[in-house]
Amino acid sequence: MLDYVWLIPFFPLVGFLINGLLGKKIKNEAVIGAIGTLAIFSSFIVSCMVLLEMIGLSPENRVFEKVVFPWIHSGNFKADMAFLVDPLSCVMIMVVTGVGSLIHLYSIGYMHGEEGFYRFFAYLNLFCMSMLLLVLGGNMLVMFIGWEGVGLCSYLLIGYYFHKKSAGDAAKKAFVMNRVGDFGFLIGLFTLYWWLGSNHNIWTINFTEIKAASHLLPYGGVVTIATLCFFVGATGKSAQIPLFTWLPDAMEGPTPVSALIHAATMVTAGVYMIGRMSFVFIKSPETMMVIAVVGAATAIFAATIGTAQNDIKRVLAYSTVSQLGFMFLAMGVGAFGAGIFHLMTHAFFKACLFLGSGSVIHAMHHALHKGHLHDDAQDMRNMGGLRKAMPITFLTFLVSTIAISGIPGFSGFFSKDEILWQAFANPYHGNLNYFLWATGAIAACFTAFYMFRLVFMTFFGECRINSKVKEHLHESPLVITIPLMVLGFLALIGGYIGMPKLMGMLPNYFEHWLDPVFELATEYGAAYAHHGEHSSHALEWGLMFGSVVIAVIGIGIAATMYTKNSTLPKRFTDAFPSLHRAVYNKWYIDELYDFAFVNPCKSFGQFLWKGFDVLVIDGVVNGVAGVVMGFSGIFRYMQSGLISNYAWSMAFGVVVMLGYYVFK
Amino acid sequence: MENLNGYLIISAILFSIGTIGVLTRKNAIVIFMCVEMMLNAVNLTFVALSRHLGNLDGQVFVFFVMTVAAAEAAVGLALMIAFYNNKESIDVDDVNLMKW
Repeated sequence: MLDYVWLIPFFPLVGFLINGLLGKKIKNEAVIGAIGTLAIFSSFIVSCMVLLEMIGLSPENRVFEKVVFPWIHSGNFKADMAFLVDPLSCVMIMVVTGVGSLIHLYSIGYMHGEEGFYRFFAYLNLFCMSMLLLVLGGNMLVMFIGWEGVGLCSYLLIGYYFHKKSAGDAAKKAFVMNRVGDFGFLIGLFTLYWWLGSNHNIWTINFTEIKAASHLLPYGGVVTIATLCFFVGATGKSAQIPLFTWLPDAMEGPTPVSALIHAATMVTAGVYMIGRMSFVFIKSPETMMVIAVVGAATAIFAATIGTAQNDIKRVLAYSTVSQLGFMFLAMGVGAFGAGIFHLMTHAFFKACLFLGSGSVIHAMHHALHKGHLHDDAQDMRNMGGLRKAMPITFLTFLVSTIAISGIPGFSGFFSKDEILWQAFANPYHGNLNYFLWATGAIAACFTAFYMFRLVFMTFFGECRINSKVKEHLHESPLVITIPLMVLGFLALIGGYIGMPKLMGMLPNYFEHWLDPVFELATEYGAAYAHHGEHSSHALEWGLMFGSVVIAVIGIGIAATMYTKNSTLPKRFTDAFPSLHRAVYNKWYIDELYDFAFVNPCKSFGQFLWKGFDVLVIDGVVNGVAGVVMGFSGIFRYMQSGLISNYAWSMAFGVVVMLGYYVFK
Repeated sequence: MENLNGYLIISAILFSIGTIGVLTRKNAIVIFMCVEMMLNAVNLTFVALSRHLGNLDGQVFVFFVMTVAAAEAAVGLALMIAFYNNKESIDVDDVNLMKW
C-alpha cells in the first residue's frame, strides 16, 4: 500500500477538478457534496491503510520514500516529486484526511443553498490536496508547493463571500502576511542548501538526505540564521507573534473553513515544519529559545484578547492563536512529540468547537431570519440559553471546551499538561524555564476562563433575544450533528494514546510512535543540555495538580462572572475602562501595524508614484521629447512653406555645386 | 557658325531672367512663364551647339523638352485653376496648408 501513497493527495485533486470544472453544470448540491466528500474520504481510507502498514513495521524501518516521477534535475540540483511516509507524516495525514472528511460532510449541510456551492467544495478539495502535499512532501520544494497551495486556498476561502468588502480585505491581509512568512521560508531553504552544498558538496533539499548530513551542521552560526528564517515562515503560516493578526480576520470565511483551515490543519503547518526539521532546529540553541519565547508570548497574548471579544468565532480564533502558541512552546523546549500531540488533540477539539459555533450561528441566523430581525447572528450578547434548543451541539461543545481547558480525563489535558511539564523540566533553557512554565500556566488559566465565558454566554442563562425568535431555534440536521458527535468523541478520548508515563495506566503510544522521528534531535540536543535538578515524580505530580487547579480557577471565575452575578462583568469593565478598551481592541496591534508598516508602505508607494514615476520616469520620457522639439523648433524655419524660399535654396544649391566644379 | 558666343550669351541672359523671375515673383502664372523662359533658354543653347558641332542630337533633345514643357503647361495650369477655385488666389505664398 505504501507504493500507492500518491493516491492520498490524488483523490482530492480529482475531486477538485470535477467540481471546479463541471460543478457549475452539475448544479445538484447532493452530487457536488458527495463528490467532494468522497474524494477526501477515499484519501482517509488510503491513509488508514498506510498507517496500518506502518504499524506493522518495526520502528526503525518506518521510513518510506516514494518518488512518483523525477521533476527537476539540473546540474547538482535535484528535486523529485517525492513523498515521504514516516510516523510524523502518518499522524498528519490521519488528522488532515480524518478531520477533513468530517468537515466536508458538515459543509454539505452548512453550505446548503449558498451561491457557488460547487466553488466551495472545489476549493476545499484543492486545500486538502495542497495540505497533503505539504505533509507528505519528501523534499522542501514539494513541501513548498503545498505550503503555497494552502496559502492560496486560504485566500480563496476567506474571500469566499467576495462581494463583502471586509471578506476581501481579510483575504488580502492573510495572503500578504503569509507572503512575508513564505519569504522567510525560502531564504531559510536557500541558506541551508547553499551551506551544505558549498561546504560539504552535498547539494540537496531532500529531507532524508539532509537528515543524514545533519551531523555536519554546526551548532548556532549559519544554522541559527537558516532556522530563524524558517521560523519566520512558520510564524506567518501558524499565526504567531508578530504575524498573527490575519487569523482573527480570517473568520470572515464560512465556518467550516475556519474549522478546517484556520484551526485544525493549515495553521499547524508551521509546527509540522519545525517537527519535520527538528534535527536542524535543535542545532541552534538561540532559535529554540526564540521559538519557545515567541510561543509562550503568543499563547498568553492571544488568550488575553480572547477574554474580551463578543463575536463567537473571534473568541475561537484567538483561542486558536493561543493554542498554536502552546505548540510552538513545546517545539521550542525540544518537546517535539508533545507539540505534535497537542496539534492532534487541538485539531479534534478545536474543529469540534468551530463546527459547534457554526451550528449555533446557523440556528441563530435561521431564527433571526424567521423573526425578521437583523441582529448579528455571531454576537454572543444575542445568545444565551441555547442548551435547551440545541442539546447535541451543546453537549459536544461542552466536551470540547472541557478538553481545551485541560480538565483531567479529556484529550486536551494530556497534551497541554505534557507541554507545561516539558516547559518546566526541559534541559535546554536554564532559568528561562520557570518563566516559560509560568507564562504557559497563566495562559492556560485564561483559556479556561474565556472558553467557559463563551459557553456560559451562549448556552446558559436566559435567551437574550426576544421570545419570538426563541421559538424558531432548533437543533441542526444530522449531517451537521454527526461530525460534531464524532469530533466530540475524539476530543474526549483522543488523549489516551499519549498518556504520560507518570500515570502509568497506559504506555505513551504516541510518544513511542514518534520517537524514531525525533530521536536524532534529542541526540543533538544533548550536546548543550544540562540535566539533573528538576525531574522528580513528586514535582511532576505537583505541577500537574497545579495546572488542573489553575484551569478550575479559570472556570470558576467565568462561572461567577457569567452565570451567578451578571452585573460583575459590567462592574469590572467600569472599574478598569482603559484596560478593557485595550483588550477589546486587541491591544491596538492592528493599529500599530497600520502605523508602523501599512501606512509607511502606502506613503512609500505614494512617493514612488508621485515622486519617482511622475517626476523621474515621466520626466525622462517627456524630456527626450522636449529636446527633440527644441531642435526641430530651430530647424522648422527651413520649412517655411513659401515656394520662393524653396526655390531660392534650390538655386543657391545649384550655384554652389556649379561653383565647386568650376573653381576646383 | 560664326557667332556661337552671341547665342550662348543671349541664352544665359534669358535663363537668368527666368531664374530671377521664379525666385522673386509671387504670381503663379508669372512663375510658370519664367520656368518656360528657362526651358526655352536651354533649348536655344541646344540648338546653337547642335548647329555648331554639326550634330543633330541636340535638336532631338529640344523636341523632348518642348513635349515635356507642353505636358507641364497642361498639368500646371490645371493645378492653378484647382487652387484658384479653393482660395480665389494664385499667389504662391497662399499655398501653405502643409506648413506647421
